[in-house]
Amino acid sequence: MIINLSTKQNQKLSRIVISMLMFFLLFILNRTEIITENNYKGLFVLALYIVAYFIAGYDVVKKCFWGIFHGQIMDENFLMTLATVGAFVSGQFGEAVAVMLFYQVGEFFQDYAVGKSRAAVKELMSIAPEYANLQNDDGSIDIIDPDDIEVGDILIIKPGEKIPIDGIVVEGEGLINTSALTGESMPHFVETGNEIISGCINGDNLLKVQADREYEDSTVVRILELVETAANKKSRTENFITRFARYYTPVVVVSALLISFVPPIFLGNLMDWVLRGCTFLVISCPCALVISVPMAFFGGIGAASKSGMLVKGSNFLEIMANVDTIVFDKTGTLTEGKFEVKMINAMEGYTVEEVIKYAAAAESGSTHPIATPIISACKKPFRISKISDLENIRGRGITAKVGKNRIIVGSRRLMQEKGIVLYLDEPEDTGITVYVAKDEQYIGSIVLVDSLKKHSKEAIRNIISEGVKHIVMLTGDTKKNAAQTASELGFKDYKSDLLPQDKVKIIEDIIEDVGLRNKDKSSRKKVVFVGDGINDAPVLSRADAGIALGSMGSDAAIEAADIVIMDDNLERIPSLIRIARKTVDISKANIVFALVVKIAFLIMGGFGIANMWMAVIADVGVAILCILNSMRMLVVK
Amino acid sequence: MKKKFKLSGLDCANCAAKMEDSIKKIDGVNDASISFFTEKMTIEADENNFNAVVEEAAKRISAIEPDCKIAK
Repeated sequence: MIINLSTKQNQKLSRIVISMLMFFLLFILNRTEIITENNYKGLFVLALYIVAYFIAGYDVVKKCFWGIFHGQIMDENFLMTLATVGAFVSGQFGEAVAVMLFYQVGEFFQDYAVGKSRAAVKELMSIAPEYANLQNDDGSIDIIDPDDIEVGDILIIKPGEKIPIDGIVVEGEGLINTSALTGESMPHFVETGNEIISGCINGDNLLKVQADREYEDSTVVRILELVETAANKKSRTENFITRFARYYTPVVVVSALLISFVPPIFLGNLMDWVLRGCTFLVISCPCALVISVPMAFFGGIGAASKSGMLVKGSNFLEIMANVDTIVFDKTGTLTEGKFEVKMINAMEGYTVEEVIKYAAAAESGSTHPIATPIISACKKPFRISKISDLENIRGRGITAKVGKNRIIVGSRRLMQEKGIVLYLDEPEDTGITVYVAKDEQYIGSIVLVDSLKKHSKEAIRNIISEGVKHIVMLTGDTKKNAAQTASELGFKDYKSDLLPQDKVKIIEDIIEDVGLRNKDKSSRKKVVFVGDGINDAPVLSRADAGIALGSMGSDAAIEAADIVIMDDNLERIPSLIRIARKTVDISKANIVFALVVKIAFLIMGGFGIANMWMAVIADVGVAILCILNSMRMLVVK
Repeated sequence: MKKKFKLSGLDCANCAAKMEDSIKKIDGVNDASISFFTEKMTIEADENNFNAVVEEAAKRISAIEPDCKIAK
């Protein structure tokens, strides 16, 4: 590990070291009774202790007074100053210096850890482009700030440069690296006419890109904003800590005052009780929790972003950790959402090539989603000029003249309406069957299916093995198709023939049902919806957490969802659940550990079993251990 | 009007929470947030006296943490 310290940190470190050396020297001299506070050197020794004290903690004392003058008493500087001055007054010089020293060691360590976390964020933020190469009308190139890019500008992207803006490739082709955005290490091929998004890194070729939006609306800026504001949406655990910190410090301070001054009224021995009170003050800072819990969540969000998942707030990590039911949309989420030709049947006397050629020619005039796969399934070229008299029959199919032949492509119903006899009753497979007729003669059929995404099966299996109790599939598709997909993927529970508004109702029912099943802890079991973000925005927002598969930079998905999976890979979901659980486990462990240690030392301090030394070591130790624990989140792969 | 500021010298998470509380109470501020880890402050306030609000926020920030400044 390379340790890079800022000048401020270096200064602090040297102060700690010098003060510590002085302290040990004094301590040894004291122990060996070469000098004691009681002999003639007493004042000199006190002076040396005070010097060591100020070397270690003058800034704490300074901040304490600053705070008092600005109405900020009760901060940690005030408490530490009060505790150490109390120790000096009661003659415990060594304690006073030691407490300040350890406190500063703890602060130093916290500062360093926070610096590390911030560096991790900066690395995450490194997707932001620093400049753009603008090509002027006369061909010259200006280097400009990405902020100054205007829609329609032509930008040159050299090999290895960051793509500064979302746009369309107008010249060149090549591989681009999208891993900073999607976590996907496979480079992505783009060529003229393709969309390209900001934040990716260009490969080895020169690309010319025309900006189609301004920088502030670009993918990279939106993502950065999301990650930055994610830390503001706090989890319940974080809110608990903030509330706790608000009460904890005053309560401990009041107890310290009571301990210092009430028992001596009856028992005397004021100094001893004041010292015990000071021990209380040392443990009164909730720093360990205030830093380590948000740090764990922050690390969790960072770890998720690194593997291509944007989590819009700590609270959503908490929800993922407590997920009970995951509801999936079928089309576009579990399946590709694009049809492809699975089978072509030709009647006797015709070839498969002929069937697809005529169908493709007719479909070339259609905008229906099945047109493109049919056209691309046709290997032989056909001449567009030969196609005439195109007629789209809504929801049924299309008729056209291809050369001299009249072609009808469409549903069974269309064929019936046109009086075409389907000789063979094709065994209807799942998917969509399109019939083709030439000159009123049925010549064959084409079966199209929406195939599963390649990761769906594996992802569902992993989600189940992560212990998610229920998985449900929703779809607007027919029951037959839904059943087929459900059984392939292992869904026991599915609902078909749904309209978008039905889906919201179903999610509400499921949330209620999960609540009933877990009556004792209903607030903790969560329902998550996964969709492609295209027309399921209401469902995404109704679920406890909505996960959208944002096919890189789809605006709708990024807006509507709470969590966005950048590369459409469902296998990210089980790893998100693991990250979320680890985050929550770490923060809970920190809370329990810190509270137990602190309360134990408060009790021991009150009874005079633990002295100030032990208290400060416990306090700093807890802080360091909690922070180290949280930092594990930052290195999670 | 909503604006984002970068803070420098923000060293204590507890202070960040206190600053956030304190800035929210400034007259004319609709919402404010400080993120300790990203060192960013967001202030949402009325447009007409936005500058005055920011000045007051800067004062309150330095009252809590003397070394913490709004980076220009």
